[in-house]
Amino acid sequence: MAYLEMKQITKVFPGVVANDNINFSVEKGEIHALLGENGAGKTTLMNILYGLYRQTSGEIWINDKKVAITSPKEAIDLGIGMVHQHFMLIPALTIIENVVLGMKENKQILDLKRAASDVCAEAAKYDMTIDPFMETWKLSVGQQQRLEIIKALYRGVKLLILDEPTAVLTPQEVSVFFTMVRKLSEEGHTVIFITHKLPEVMQLCGRCTVLRHGKLETTVNINDVKNKQELARLMVGKDVEFSVQKTPAVPGEEVLSIKNLNARNNKGLPALKNVSFDVHAGEILGVAGVDGNGQSELVECLTGLRKIDSGVIRIMGVEIPKLAARTILEQGVSHIPEDRHRRGMLKDMSVKENLILMNYFKEPYSTKGFLNWKWISGYAQELCKEFNVKTPSIEEKADKLSGGNQQKFIVGRELERKPKLLIAMHPDRGLDIGATKYIQSRIVAARDSGSAVLLVSTELDEIMELSDRIIVMYEGGIIGLIDDPQVTREYIGLLMAGTRPQDSLEWMSPCP
Amino acid sequence: MAIEISNYISMAIRSALPILICGIGLVFGSRAGIVNIGAEGFMLIGAFMGVVGSYLFSSAWIGVLVAMLSSMLISLIFAYFTVTVKADQVVVGMGINMLAIGLTTTLFRRLFGMNTEPIKIESFSPLAIPGLSDIPILGTSLFTQHAPAYLIFLCIPLASFILFRTDIGLKVRAVGEHPRACDTVGINVFKVRYGAILFSGLMAGFAGAYLTLGLLNFFVEDLMAGRGYMAVAAVVFGKYSPVGVMLAALIFGAGDALQYRLQAGGSVIPYQFLLMIPYVLTILAICGFVGENKGPAAMAQPYIKE
Ligand SMILES: Nc1ncnc2c1ncn2[C@@H]1O[C@H](COP(=O)(O)OP(=O)(O)OP(=O)(O)O)[C@@H](O)[C@H]1O
Ligand SMILES: [Mg+2]
Repeated sequence: MAYLEMKQITKVFPGVVANDNINFSVEKGEIHALLGENGAGKTTLMNILYGLYRQTSGEIWINDKKVAITSPKEAIDLGIGMVHQHFMLIPALTIIENVVLGMKENKQILDLKRAASDVCAEAAKYDMTIDPFMETWKLSVGQQQRLEIIKALYRGVKLLILDEPTAVLTPQEVSVFFTMVRKLSEEGHTVIFITHKLPEVMQLCGRCTVLRHGKLETTVNINDVKNKQELARLMVGKDVEFSVQKTPAVPGEEVLSIKNLNARNNKGLPALKNVSFDVHAGEILGVAGVDGNGQSELVECLTGLRKIDSGVIRIMGVEIPKLAARTILEQGVSHIPEDRHRRGMLKDMSVKENLILMNYFKEPYSTKGFLNWKWISGYAQELCKEFNVKTPSIEEKADKLSGGNQQKFIVGRELERKPKLLIAMHPDRGLDIGATKYIQSRIVAARDSGSAVLLVSTELDEIMELSDRIIVMYEGGIIGLIDDPQVTREYIGLLMAGTRPQDSLEWMSPCP
Repeated sequence: MAIEISNYISMAIRSALPILICGIGLVFGSRAGIVNIGAEGFMLIGAFMGVVGSYLFSSAWIGVLVAMLSSMLISLIFAYFTVTVKADQVVVGMGINMLAIGLTTTLFRRLFGMNTEPIKIESFSPLAIPGLSDIPILGTSLFTQHAPAYLIFLCIPLASFILFRTDIGLKVRAVGEHPRACDTVGINVFKVRYGAILFSGLMAGFAGAYLTLGLLNFFVEDLMAGRGYMAVAAVVFGKYSPVGVMLAALIFGAGDALQYRLQAGGSVIPYQFLLMIPYVLTILAICGFVGENKGPAAMAQPYIKE
């Protein structure tokens, strides 16, 4: 029998059957992909295995023994580890405290220095460097992702569940990460891997289980799958369009202009060094770069969430650094934040309430200080339908939606405001392929209707596909500005790594 | 003048102690995400049971022990309602405070009768540390305190160490920040919170007993005068650390002692205003006069498992 068997698992939430009689089995040592659209029930199934949820019915067998997993503690005792879709890090604690928290091996008096050097050594094996005594809230999303992975590896688990671990990693990081996952599997560890990136599945996994609408669709050998289109068809049930239709940009007036912007990061070190660029109406400017090279700080400066040291930022000619975040948004700025939980939504409020956060004080959302709930409900219903947000109702707490569906309503809310400037950071983080394509086409549509778009992503493919011009950030500065559609992936990759090719190609106009 | 100063400092420390002792316990509770308004009630129970214990066993130390156990028992009720039943912490705390007033008043009247002369109890007497207490001014004020005072000041570095350097301290801090994340690494959030609340109860009991057996030497109904609330304020003021609480408690104590001084010295300011000093300090502290002061992120939120 298989190493892990989940038999006839059903999980019912109020109003939703998240898992419907699912049979799922994994062999020892394999890397098994778990696929499905947003809201298909992947995270729920894994949370049951990890003891965070109790199944409504069904059994779990490990090594031919039936096990009752009622809490993560029991899962951990069985050798199960999990990297969660929404990070389980404690911002106020240091990195090393987050790593050792709750470990059985801890002595009563903590030796954090020793643990720190162990963890650094472990991280170095995978080409990762960390500063173990830094507070975790100072990390970017990508860094948090890596920390979560280290946290799981340091615990030396037998069965590792990875729920969208690569959503915000750069291609280089992904390949390092894959090497490490392969090594784990060679050493006999079992890995369950959830992702929306089908090429990753083709590259890494041996078998793949597909869920659709909470039901088991099929389990296939990756060798028997011809290409990612076939995988996508299994997931969605019909053919999926992979490319986004896009006409050349027709840039209009300048919307955003940045001159010699300098700012510091959370550690108080320079994060942005003399950054200058501009974005025009009707174009998408892509910001490429390895995570942590100043992108987060740049976006925060633009949205009024970070103080700048010097420089000028103008949106539609208005200087913004002295303005409050609300005033900036009122200039016609939309912001899809990098961390949806920290900056994009209020977890304990309903979907409906989350959808009016920027507008509740305006007509027709409210009249004379009273909210028009009837109108708002209609509006929320419309928006959820348009962006295909799966939720039992608009009254559901935002927290209860699947990760991808949370992302969808945030993106929907921001696009719906018809922004003059759209600042989008990892806009399709955690979205399934269908939703990704839809959101990307909506961003292009926003461009075509005259919005200026600043698209920040660590995913090069997305940047290259959507952008009309690209800037590459490296160590807080702009290392290259590219406006030739012919430029290669490799070339941008080099810039991202900080090497500026010697032969100054004519289309390369380095920034002043 | 030297005597005056010495007396003043001594008085300030003694007034600070109940707040400090209770505050140390509350630091752990707050760090675990518990707003414990019930501290006032825990302390009142301790104050009363300390007297009872000391009266029955003719020993102030046994009085303290009885007080600690009683308050811990009451804190178990608080823990049950806030952690297990997930009721609102402030509401339950207020309930506990009212319960404590009723309970102590009734029991006091039953046990000791009404309007009788003050009962005789063993209380703490000052313990001079040989050598040190001979230092002028500071020596007499710092080193002729009651025995529990020395104990508590020694406990502060220990409490800091436990909170910041041990596994259990890390768990307490983590649980108050992000209980779900703690759950995912196998920590039993409920157990940690119960533990932190019981420890708060234990220390509040000690604080109450010190109030009756060290500071006042008697029990009267309604003797708390908000000291439990001031302990809660001291925790905020002291930024949730044992050393901070100590400083905060000393400031409150200084205010309290000042008020006695000024009253005794026949100040021109009406005494009602003097009485206000410690409370004004408390309000300033709570209003965040200490600058940016973020409490634990999951403060006052019950943890609900799926
Ligand atoms: N705690 C919860 N309470 C209520 N409903 C929930 C809860 N967790 C998940 N659901 C519902 O269960 C369904 C499946 O959610 P799940 O998070 O498992 O999806 P998923 O496959 O991981 O999707 P994604 O790719 O977007 O992360 C969703 O419709 C969601 O609304
Ligand atoms: Mg998920």
